[in-house]
Amino acid sequence: MNEYYLRTEDMAVGYRGKPLIEHIDLRLGRGEIMTLIGPNGSGKSTILKSIIRQLRLLAGVVCLAGEPMEGMPPQEVAQKLSVLMTDRSQPELMTCRDVAAAGRYPYTGKLGLLTAADWEKVDEALALVHGSDLADQDFTAISDGQRQRVLLARALCQEPEILVLDEPTSFLDIRYKLELLGILKDLVRQRKIAVVLSLHELDLAQRISDIVVCVHNNTIERYGPPEEIFTADYIPQLYDVTQGSYEPAFGSLELAKVAGKPEVFVVGGAGSGIATYRRLQREGIAFAAGVLHQNDLDYPVARALAVEVIAEEAFAPIGQERVLQALKVLADCREVICTCPVFGPMNEGNRRLLQEAQAQGKPVRWEGEGGHGL
Amino acid sequence: MKRETKRYYLSFLLLAVLLVVLVFLNVNEGSFQLTVPEVMEILLGRGGDQTASRIVWDIRLPRILAAILLGGALSISGFLLQTFFANPIAGPFVLGISSGAKLVVALTMIFLLERGLTSNSLVMIGAAFVGAMLSMGFVLLVSQKVRKMSMLVICGIMIGYICSALTDFVVTFAEDSNIVNLHNWSLGSFSGITWSNIRVMAVTVGLAVAWAFFLSKPMGAYQLGEGYAQSVGVSIRRFRVELILLSSVLSACVTAFAGPISFVGIAVPHLVRSLLRSAKPILVIPGCFLGGAVFCLFCDLIARRAFSPEELSISSVTAIFGAPIVIYMMVRRQSKQA
Repeated sequence: MNEYYLRTEDMAVGYRGKPLIEHIDLRLGRGEIMTLIGPNGSGKSTILKSIIRQLRLLAGVVCLAGEPMEGMPPQEVAQKLSVLMTDRSQPELMTCRDVAAAGRYPYTGKLGLLTAADWEKVDEALALVHGSDLADQDFTAISDGQRQRVLLARALCQEPEILVLDEPTSFLDIRYKLELLGILKDLVRQRKIAVVLSLHELDLAQRISDIVVCVHNNTIERYGPPEEIFTADYIPQLYDVTQGSYEPAFGSLELAKVAGKPEVFVVGGAGSGIATYRRLQREGIAFAAGVLHQNDLDYPVARALAVEVIAEEAFAPIGQERVLQALKVLADCREVICTCPVFGPMNEGNRRLLQEAQAQGKPVRWEGEGGHGL
Repeated sequence: MKRETKRYYLSFLLLAVLLVVLVFLNVNEGSFQLTVPEVMEILLGRGGDQTASRIVWDIRLPRILAAILLGGALSISGFLLQTFFANPIAGPFVLGISSGAKLVVALTMIFLLERGLTSNSLVMIGAAFVGAMLSMGFVLLVSQKVRKMSMLVICGIMIGYICSALTDFVVTFAEDSNIVNLHNWSLGSFSGITWSNIRVMAVTVGLAVAWAFFLSKPMGAYQLGEGYAQSVGVSIRRFRVELILLSSVLSACVTAFAGPISFVGIAVPHLVRSLLRSAKPILVIPGCFLGGAVFCLFCDLIARRAFSPEELSISSVTAIFGAPIVIYMMVRRQSKQA
């Protein structure tokens, strides 16, 4: 009937009969990752809990492979859908293998005894999450990152067709975040699992998602592929960020720029200026940056943090007009910092700018990898 | 895998051996002096002396069977409550469930005695069950308000005190010669159990324990969190009701026949888990039954032997052995959290 594995039709979710978000229509195919993003308390978890039937739907339907989940026997659901939610229990006296083995629940008999084939699947799942060496360790004695991997193995033991994860990367350090999402991405590719998850890390969401769902102001504010969502205009709006700015190329949020007249002029290029921009921002010093090419690595950060940016067209040599413009701004600054390590035909203009500044008696300081002189 | 399986076998073997040894010791223990060969003769049905045979068959054996069945029932009741509250310090005694059962049983007994009616086992179990459910209902209400187990235990102990005070009150003012029995019972004892009691007890405990055993699969999932259990297909509402009813029936059965017995429900599951080094319900439930039987036989032996011919109440002996274990567990948990 349709190619979507998960489909919600006019779903309304909320607590105690009070709808929090209504008219939710999600579509997800197998082998795709759908990520829910949005501010804290916007209702991401509520949506996930409603999909997995932990919360009662207030309206609408959720379909798995075209079949409505309502009325589906719990065991049948458990064989199709597995979860990794945020509730953390600390079961005593269980090895990681025992915990992962719990995922075989929907496949075992009345007494829940595992067959040799079941144990094989458990070890296979542990291997998939790179957790084979954890198998015999006590579950309470391992780190948060390892625990998430074991819990992911448990979810995989259920042999799901769809996996629902609520903020699986919270509390993990950056290495484990990457590792976990890397494993997830592999799984989706290899096993054609559909994945729905919520994330706080925008950079990661942007990288792994096929579809992004933005939950904000009690509604699904936007819905679409990451390139439509992660824009400099929209993300600050989604998170009600009024102070800083969002940089789609880096997937990062920058703090608000220091306002006022520029005190320092930074001559950067090729990414060399970023560290200095950030330092000045930290120290609360307003600055101007130039002359930067619009395709320079420094450019987006400078635009986010500098009071004024003098920019040249991409791939064009810095022209005299820009140099003069920069000199005008520079005239009011007390200091010039150069971070640019090399000068070539494209940024020859910057060399002239620095020479002129020195001629005018402005102190020029070299920072970072600069220092080759003029 | 292999080393663990060996450990499970050895643990169950140990419990079984202890059980046999304690049954043997208990059957030979008593103020009426009998030699070991004499007891053996009687048990094999070749005994000559009428009185001796009576003592062994009608007094000692029912008492031993009661200790086994009720000890097992109490431990499993504790384990079910620990699973329900996701906390190893839960138990029918500390949550006031035993005391609630005791109060209603005492009231029922006095009511029947004063009207010259004889009570029977089923009525007593029924009364105890009503009392257990009343206390349980209160504990559940409180548990929705306070999430902290320590607060819940304090509430349970307070309920226990209130119920005990009321029981003492009605026992003191009841006018009947049978009050001596009632008094003994209200302190906790395995004495005075008849074969007809044993039959009812065996059926009730047997069914409840078997039912609990068949809940071991969902229990295993529930140990990993309620939300998780739901996600793998456990119907939570039904499962929770089953846990509550079964643990109430089991502790009610104990209270109806032997009065309140303290701390067995916490101490034994803890010892069994440590012995098995596993919390898997499918192992812990049978382990608890055996362990509870062994623990209660041992305590009953001490209750009878320590100041023989004076007999101690069973609860004072179980408290001496059980309470330190509970204190140890609480301290260890706290230091782990810190």
